Formats: sequence, C-alpha cells, structure tokens
Amino acid sequence: MILRRPFFWLVLLASALFVFIPLRSNNVLLREDLILVAVAIILASNLNLMIGYTGYVNFGNIIFFGLGGYVGLYLATVRGWNLMLAAVVAGVAVSLFALLFGLAILRLRGAYFALATIGVLEAVQAFVSNFNPWGRATGMYVSFSAYQPLGGAMRALWITYYLIIAVMALSLILSLAIKNSKFGLGLFAIREDEDAAVVLGVNATVYKAIIYSVSAFLPAIAGTLMFYKNGMIDPSIAFELTLSIEAIVMLMLGGQGTVMGAALGGGLYETLRSYLLTSPKLSSFHLVIAGGLLLLVVLFAPGGLIGWLYRLAPRARKVIE
Amino acid sequence: MNSILEVRGVTKRFGGLVAVSDVSFSLAEGEILGLIGPNGAGKTTLFNIVNGVYKADQGTITFSGRDITGHSPDKVVHLGVARTHQIVKPLNDLTLLDNVTVGACFGREYLDLKAARAAAAEVLQQVGLGNRAHMMARSLTIAGKKRLEVARALAAQPKLLLLDEVLAGLNPTEIALMIELVRKIRDSGVSVFMIEHLMQAIMSLSDRIVVLNLGRKLAEGRPDEVVHNPDVVEAYLGFPDIVDKLTRTD
Repeated sequence: MILRRPFFWLVLLASALFVFIPLRSNNVLLREDLILVAVAIILASNLNLMIGYTGYVNFGNIIFFGLGGYVGLYLATVRGWNLMLAAVVAGVAVSLFALLFGLAILRLRGAYFALATIGVLEAVQAFVSNFNPWGRATGMYVSFSAYQPLGGAMRALWITYYLIIAVMALSLILSLAIKNSKFGLGLFAIREDEDAAVVLGVNATVYKAIIYSVSAFLPAIAGTLMFYKNGMIDPSIAFELTLSIEAIVMLMLGGQGTVMGAALGGGLYETLRSYLLTSPKLSSFHLVIAGGLLLLVVLFAPGGLIGWLYRLAPRARKVIE
Repeated sequence: MNSILEVRGVTKRFGGLVAVSDVSFSLAEGEILGLIGPNGAGKTTLFNIVNGVYKADQGTITFSGRDITGHSPDKVVHLGVARTHQIVKPLNDLTLLDNVTVGACFGREYLDLKAARAAAAEVLQQVGLGNRAHMMARSLTIAGKKRLEVARALAAQPKLLLLDEVLAGLNPTEIALMIELVRKIRDSGVSVFMIEHLMQAIMSLSDRIVVLNLGRKLAEGRPDEVVHNPDVVEAYLGFPDIVDKLTRTD
C-alpha cells in the first residue's frame, strides 16, 4: 500500500509547506519563485516516467506542457470554460494525442526514438504556428476579464498557485505509485533489456505507449494553469526545445529512476537557474552552466545526487524512493 | 503420449541465408527433448521461432493443440512456453528477486505483485540463489546469471521450458547442479526442450534428441540411436570412435 510508504507522507508534507509558507507571510515573490520550482518538479518527475523508468529519452517532453497550455487556454478563455475543467480536458486531450504518437514513434529505440521526439516537437510547433483558432504565431492572450470567475486577478494567481502545487504533489505520488506497482516493474524490465522483458511476457508496445501517454497528462494540466497564470501563450515559449533539455538536466542531476531525484533535481536546478538569470553578470550563461552540469553528472555520477546517496548509504533506498 | 509441441515444416530465411529449412518434429508431454548440432546449425533460431521472437516464413507451431505460429513472445509466455537465453540477459539494475518477479508477474498465471514476489522467492530458493535475492543482477557470476535465467523462466510457471545452453561456461560442479535442477523441473511436470553442446550431459538427460545441421533436421531419436547414426557422426561428432567414448557407461 502506498499509504504505508514514508515517502508518500514526505510528499504531502513538502506540498503542505509549499502552500502554507507563502500564504502565511503573504509573500508574493516567494510564491512566484515556488511556482517555478513546482513546475520544474512536475516536468522532471513526469519525464522521469519515460527516461528513468522506461529508458526512453524524450527530448520533446515540453510539447505536453505547451499543448496543454494551448488546449486549456483556448477552452478557458475563448470558450469560457471553468479553469479546472479546461485543465483536466486539456490533460486528457494531450494524453490521447501522446498515445497516438507514442504507438507510432515508440517502435524506434535509443537515439532514433530521441530524434523522433525532436521531430514531433518541431512538427507540433509548426502546426500551432499556423493554426488560426490558436492565434498562429502571435498566440493567445488571457483578457483581464477572464480572471473574474475566480474572483479577480489577485485571487486567480493564488488559486492557480495552489492548483499547481496540487499537480506537483500528484506528479510525485503518481511516480511513487507506478514505481511500486506491477506496471512499474514491467517498465523497469523494459528499461533494463526490452528484448528480455518481452520474452518474460511484458507487452512492451502497449506498456510504452501507456507510459508515454501517462507522462503527458499532468504536465498538460500544469501547462494550462501556468499559461493561464502568465496571461499569454505563443508557439515559441510553449514549445521551446531548451526547456525540454533543461528538464532532462534536472532529472539527471537529481537522479533518474527515483521519485526523490526528480523532485530534488527540479528544485535545485530551478533555484540555480533563477539565481543565474537574475544575476547581472551570469544571466546569459545559464545554459552554459546547465550544459556543464549535465556533462559532470553523466561522467561522474550517472545516478545523480540520489544515485550517489544510494551508493553511500544503500539503506536509503528503503526510505527515499 | 500427447504431444505438447508440434513443429511442422518450419523454414526461416535471413536474406539469402536459409537458417532453418523445413524442420518438423514433436515433443511429448513430460519429455526432455535435446536439440544438438554444430555452431550455426539454426538451433537458437529454431527456439526464437518457437517462442515468437522470429516469425517463420513457412510452417506452423502448435502448442498444446493451439496454433501459436506468429504469436508475439509475450503472448507465447502467457500460454505457457518460457525460455532462457544462451547469451544471458539479466535485468542488471534490478535485484535478483525483482528479475524473477518479472517472470512471475507476466508469466502464465499473470500473478499480482505480492503473489509474484512470494513465488519468485520460492523459485530463487529452488535454483540455489535464495541467499542472494537482494543482490543486483549485474553482480552475479556467469553461472549465477545462467541460474537466474532459469529462475525467471521457471517463475512464469511454464508447461514447456526452452533451455538454450544453460550448461555452457559452467564448471563441473555447477554442471552437476544444473543437470540435477533440469531433472527436478521435468519431474515437477514441465516438458523441457534444450539446446546443449555438452554431449555427455545431453545424452544422459534427454529422452530423445533432434539433430540439426545447416538448418535441416539430420536425425531424430533416442540418444543412443542418434549418436550411432552415421550422418550425425560425420556432421557433428567428427570422429567415429568418439561414439564409444560417449556411450561408455561408467
């Protein structure tokens, strides 16, 4: 049972802190920092389902976030839907999209799969840039009145913040639940040796398509919430390849294949990135540093921070998952 | 006796190379059938056709009266045919217990995780890896990895087990233990189809032997019949006098 796992309670505790700390001090700046950290954790931990659990490197992971933003924003602003409903429908729609694409491109393995995901990203971006209902290259804006149903812009920002924290908690719990399930064991078998997994009875084609689709759901919801909060979306910010790669850096830094690794990597990297972006001297260097970091991790600590911890203290595996 | 596996007229080509050519035989329930032949004879290819890794270009495979020609490997396992690999394929970064649990989870019974773990622990005991259940698979010796292959296949609770050179690379003590294990498996009601190069072992284990050479079936029969078959002696054993050495009982 997942309720018996210490890590489950750790996730709930951390999420509660995310909610209460900015609320008590009414610190809007802190809230804005934490929202970015939460989004980073959402992206890294859902990407972990593909890279860390299944062994498939998805360079196009950001399309789930971007497409979710587009579908949700379209429903919430143009169609006037309730925000939460729009977000969930966006999640479902993007998952279905991922399922269809997954069945096609998951026949490829290794580097070929990774290349195909970049292709999908470019194709989606090109499509959206020319799609009239979504405002083509200029994108869509959220008019000020669209925040009225949530009680005005000020309250809407707090509400989207709580919702994003909830999505973060769900992402980590989902990762934890999959890790401790039969489905997860099947994914791990595919990661270690897909041919062996199939011979042992794992239906790899179906498993891979399902996890690809599942890994799209929560990022798409987060996309709706985040772009709604930001008030605008356009193809170049929604489908930025750099962000996909940064999500990979976060995951590798924290430790792929572990729930904690994705959370830790997401949190640390985003904090570092915010610092670099706002520091006057280093602001244009953050990608250089991200690249260097990835290189160091891959060369010297392929298991990331958590992998390193596991090596130091093997018993940590039982508590920190 | 009922036959559990029927292979009829199976042919497999890779480009211009005919790896398996019009091979037919059957395997009776509860039997240990040996498959021998020189390197490149098509033995492993035949295994790959039986368990669905390759699709046969011609011919049919029938398992327990059911046509399984062209079924994918995961489907074939659910029906009750498990196999080991000649070149071992451990799931390196998983523990032995998890490796075997995969076999139990997705095998014939499709057990849930908890039941599968219990079954896996039992199978690990059975193959003598019980005390290493929580080790990572990558840290095993080659003999250990061969046992792990057998354990994973057994955990699927198969009715038919395909063993691809489980004795190769083992030392004499390990070989004796493995032979013992194969006998036990058969005695528990599982039919066994095994590829082996080690003649003495396969002669003593098998009820019958099929000989492949250059993709064709050269001979089939009881071990003593097969080794005295002049074609087999020429193609496989090389020297006629080796037969006396192999059939000598000591």
